[in-house]
Amino acid sequence: MEKMVVLGDEAVALGAIHAGLAAAYSYPGTPASEIMEFLIRESKEKRFIATWSVNEKVAYEAALGVSYAGKRALVSMKHVGLNVAADPFINSSLTGANGGLVVVVADDPGMHSSQNEQDSRFYAHFARIFCYEPSSHQEAYEMTRQAFELSEAIGLPVMIRLVTRLAHSRSYLVPREPVKGQARQVGEKSHWTLLPINARRRFEVVLNKQAELKHFSEESPFNRLELSPENSSLGIVAAGIAANYVLENLPEIKPQPSYLKVSTYPLPEKLFRKIIEKVETLLIIEEGYPFIESTLKGIIGLPGKKIKGKLSGDLPLSGELTPDIVRQALGLPLFIREQKKPLPLAARPPQLCPGCPHADTFLALKEALKEFPQAIVFSDIGCYTLGYFPPYSSIDTCVCMGASIGMAKGAADVGQHPSVAVIGDSTFGHSGLTPLLEAARSNSRMTVIILDNGTVAMTGGQKSYASGNFLLKMIEGLGVKREHLRVIEPLPRNLTKNAEIIREEINYPGLSVIVAVRECLQEARKKKRGQE
Amino acid sequence: MKYDLILAGVGGQGILSIAFIIDRAALLQGLNFKQTEVHGMAQRGGAVQSHLRLADGPIYSDLIPRGKCDLILSVEPLEALRYLEYLDSQGRVITNSVPYVNIPDYPPLEAILEAIKKVKFHLLVEADKLAREAGSSRAQNMVMLGAASPFLPLESENLKRALKEFFESRDEKMVALNLRAFELGRQVALKQSWE
Ligand code: SF4
Repeated sequence: MEKMVVLGDEAVALGAIHAGLAAAYSYPGTPASEIMEFLIRESKEKRFIATWSVNEKVAYEAALGVSYAGKRALVSMKHVGLNVAADPFINSSLTGANGGLVVVVADDPGMHSSQNEQDSRFYAHFARIFCYEPSSHQEAYEMTRQAFELSEAIGLPVMIRLVTRLAHSRSYLVPREPVKGQARQVGEKSHWTLLPINARRRFEVVLNKQAELKHFSEESPFNRLELSPENSSLGIVAAGIAANYVLENLPEIKPQPSYLKVSTYPLPEKLFRKIIEKVETLLIIEEGYPFIESTLKGIIGLPGKKIKGKLSGDLPLSGELTPDIVRQALGLPLFIREQKKPLPLAARPPQLCPGCPHADTFLALKEALKEFPQAIVFSDIGCYTLGYFPPYSSIDTCVCMGASIGMAKGAADVGQHPSVAVIGDSTFGHSGLTPLLEAARSNSRMTVIILDNGTVAMTGGQKSYASGNFLLKMIEGLGVKREHLRVIEPLPRNLTKNAEIIREEINYPGLSVIVAVRECLQEARKKKRGQE
Repeated sequence: MKYDLILAGVGGQGILSIAFIIDRAALLQGLNFKQTEVHGMAQRGGAVQSHLRLADGPIYSDLIPRGKCDLILSVEPLEALRYLEYLDSQGRVITNSVPYVNIPDYPPLEAILEAIKKVKFHLLVEADKLAREAGSSRAQNMVMLGAASPFLPLESENLKRALKEFFESRDEKMVALNLRAFELGRQVALKQSWE
């Protein structure tokens, strides 16, 4: 078939389609969003389901349901999304999969657009499932196709771990002839009911499958061992995308070292034994946490052998790998001569679009809080997190999706006043409903500001589940008193009026919710363009 | 053949469109390419960059090592300077000379232009003016692509074909305008003598 230009994310999506995908679910999050964006575009012509879910947990559960029903399902998310979906994820390894179930997780080493750089390989290990780590677009495509087959053959979910640098790298791949997913018989239902009596039995099953998983990993052609007779001192292990940085430099390392490329987990033990036998020092290069390095080393280490990597300080423990970092770890000189910056370069951090509705809400909030220097504004994840920066300097927290409301409630419980939560409409739909329910039932003394711009703006304008009239009805339905559910329109001309409303509600000794309604400018622009 | 470039600018200036067109042109010409991009938070008016590598052999790393970049192509002068340490000693800087000021501490423009002029092979393009001449100041990115085109290992015909395809799939009316912008940028570069 003809070459296709794709992002790493899209390579996975295409692999899934060509493997006979029946349904896919996701929640937007950088760097994973483009998987679902691509699937939604393609689903219009081809017959499969591709849907943004209300959050990652629901997405995972939907995919699990598809799998139980005997069809192939994909669920994708950014790394922290798997924290949200961790409950069904971990347990789905016990219930097992019927139709192929592939979970794609995109990690963000370097925190380009995330609040941490957690490494999803630990999650795969934790759930005792198989994990692929592609290093190229072609591999991402092939591995995804294979992941569906493996998932069905072994009866477990399978993970694909991406990192930003591949997820958001564009290159080409050569697709192969698609296959049609065959619907499978609905399997043994008792697997699915994790009462202790079943769960104990299922855990044994999962444990017994580990040897098979390891064997599959050892035989996988995606792993490659090249033993070099010339060099008995150095061996290099590179995992996933780290292999690219090594290959780029390998010809310069003389004499040629032994080399093991790792792309699958559980680790291909046999290959590790072969390489370690031949060398004195093993340099481990991996993107993310030192997963392989700590596995090899344990706390005792390998007598007579040196294991080098992130733990030994040869590579940094934090941040993203770069060609320069890897060159240094390989003992090669950098290409750059020390060069001073031409002049102090002002940083250009991201900022709210000029005219963004959030800006007007923040200015009104700032005005209202002037008389309350002791206020804490608990905030959340979205474009409005940029309200942290001047000139707004309006928010004090960003922890995880939906955290604002629960944190504001906790603070209010112990007498914090004002205790303000600021959260976007989609984030509210994702994880804000349950904490608001709790706050409403206890009539906590706090003020929740929901920024309803009608979209998931930060990730490019995906569908929001909790917007407009529907949002207002939900808030009321959760038990928020109608007279303390206020709606404002965040516009410069309403500044004084809006600040007054916020002040009033802060002074009310109970729970109030203020919904700031104005459409995201980018979305408004997109719609206008569509109409022209 | 290997050619590494960094595209630079501010989120919203159309860096990804330039990258996309170069990728397509490379494919048309049978070259390999890898190109990184920035999505998510930084796209909101922050500094954005894209590493783009072209080669007739295999390309491994998605990122360019510092000191190996052949061309910095920037749609904004301050952003051109941000990646100078990546530039090869024989590398070129081609940049828009018109600043995009959305931060309070933007350095004096003269200092920026002065620093750019210290690079042996540099080209300053009044992209804003040329884009308006072509029909819209939004086409500054295509002016800059045109200005870089004589130095890329790509046939200008392939670039133009990729450009046409790109705008056809978005907005038919924009094709001619952007082609004009490309040509105006290209002429500036062709007139420049480099020694
Ligand atoms: S994308 Fe929308 S919500 Fe985000 S900063 Fe711009 S206008 Fe505001």
